[in-house]
Amino acid sequence: MKFSGTAHRYGRDVDTDVIIPARYLNTSDPDELALHCMEDLDAGFVGKVSAGDILVAEENFGCGSSREHAPIAIKHAGVSVVIAKSFARIFYRNAINTGLPIMEAPDAVDGIGDGDEVTVDADTGTITNVTTGASWQAQPFPPFIRDIIEGGGLVEAARARLGANAG
Amino acid sequence: MPRPMTITEKILAAHAGLPEVEPGQLIECDLDLVLANDVTAPIAIREFAKIGVERVWDATKIALVPDHYTPNKDIKSAEQAKIMRDFARAQAITHYYEIGCMGVEHALLPEQGVVGAGDVIIGADSHTCTYGALGAFATGVGSTDAAVGMATGRAWFKVPASLKFNVTGTLGPWVSAKDIILHIIGMIGVDGALYQSMEFTGDTITGLDMDGRMTICNMAIEAGGKSGIIAVDDVTRTYMQGRTERPWTEYVSDEGAVYERVYEIDAATIPATVSFPHLPSNTRPVAEARDVKVDQVVIGSCTNGRLEDMRVAAKVIEGFRVHPDVRLIVIPATQQVYRDMMHEGLTDIFLDAGAAVSTPTCGPCLGGHMGILAAGERALATTNRNFVGRMGDPTSEVYLASPAVAAATAVLGHIGLPADLG
Repeated sequence: MKFSGTAHRYGRDVDTDVIIPARYLNTSDPDELALHCMEDLDAGFVGKVSAGDILVAEENFGCGSSREHAPIAIKHAGVSVVIAKSFARIFYRNAINTGLPIMEAPDAVDGIGDGDEVTVDADTGTITNVTTGASWQAQPFPPFIRDIIEGGGLVEAARARLGANAG
Repeated sequence: MPRPMTITEKILAAHAGLPEVEPGQLIECDLDLVLANDVTAPIAIREFAKIGVERVWDATKIALVPDHYTPNKDIKSAEQAKIMRDFARAQAITHYYEIGCMGVEHALLPEQGVVGAGDVIIGADSHTCTYGALGAFATGVGSTDAAVGMATGRAWFKVPASLKFNVTGTLGPWVSAKDIILHIIGMIGVDGALYQSMEFTGDTITGLDMDGRMTICNMAIEAGGKSGIIAVDDVTRTYMQGRTERPWTEYVSDEGAVYERVYEIDAATIPATVSFPHLPSNTRPVAEARDVKVDQVVIGSCTNGRLEDMRVAAKVIEGFRVHPDVRLIVIPATQQVYRDMMHEGLTDIFLDAGAAVSTPTCGPCLGGHMGILAAGERALATTNRNFVGRMGDPTSEVYLASPAVAAATAVLGHIGLPADLG
């Protein structure tokens, strides 16, 4: 899996309340949630994000509530992958389960600025800052995680696997 | 002989059918309960439908609680609640709680005896870690994990390393369980227990009643923790007897169990504590926060909406009036707490003081309804999070503190201590 896009860079402890504020949790429609992605941290985010862009943040990304609306909003806003120094545990699990690629890469985060062009090869774990030419090696996705993400989420991957077994 | 294990490792090993487990190990466990609410259940139900099974794994081991935006605040939230209600009826879910029986889930389920010692519980709500106060392994998950749990009765986990917080000695006047946990979060930070289990021990902890113990385990997630846990003792047993519907199992950490870190905390050094915006770890002594004026005070939530919290708040506010510039909103966490408040005369004390007393709901804690803040407004709340925009407008502010400090603050109009009331 390869991703490329413009980096949108944020700080540490980006919580799920700013990723998708509770005032929008009266719906679970992915496209409606995406309209308010990151609204309370960066009201201009939805206006500037393009399909394939990359979210970059420091430690503890996704802390707070267990709302799966957070990774769903990010994914449906067009973000291809989130790179952070570390992730809060429930968000980490939810991102994989909903098919949003995430990578822990502290060195890469330090070397990527807001607006830089970045490419990610999730199969090899290589992250490249095209703007500066620097690149880093992160942990690639293990095959079962890649299957879940490529399948579109845990449930879809499980169904595909069960279907393959049955066939 | 299995290796010495912590309570958490023992519970997980037993539910995985293994003689022993160690931190980092990936295991699959049988679940005793799967929980979801009116925000997280609709997505879980959507995912459940995709799995392709007709029925849930066990209709008696699923709890669905409409507590976040209920009684419903608008048409959209009513539609979400209806998705859950229809599913609960179709699947004959035993532990579905309609409005009128409903309470804030993490106060309700222990009170109703739905959770007990030794259980493994997943909940599509981050404060599911509350049930560690009863000696259970309980952790928050997302809707998809809850959906798979509802379908299969199983979930995979990475066994967490454990941190031990040994709190000993006597707490100062008006210093409570809330102050202990805020102090700990301030000490280790909002990711200080990331991926780990927080075990609370020591005579200060065992000296707390169940309501206080639940306050502490409830906020393990605010330090990034996977779970919080307190070993079963006579206080736990007395609480569970005649209440907990399934037989429970007690586990204790072995002599020689391995902890990632051990923190020794002298209770006498813990001040009445307040978390400043916009992180729970941004703590200061209340005594250094007296210049902060507030527009609203909220007493309630899964952290501090139980009877003992209401008793303490009422004791502080009795005979006083809420400051004219402050709105005080009191939200008992369950119908039982509501009723007990009336019988004990606490409701009259709050009403006499000029408080609004509400039916149970998560309401303002997550900025849902029943007390949303306007731009630039400030609230002090007994809730659990003070992130940007948590209780309303993104420019509003939330300060976190105990019920005693909340009651005093409502009277003073600025953050303060019960002793300041004179």
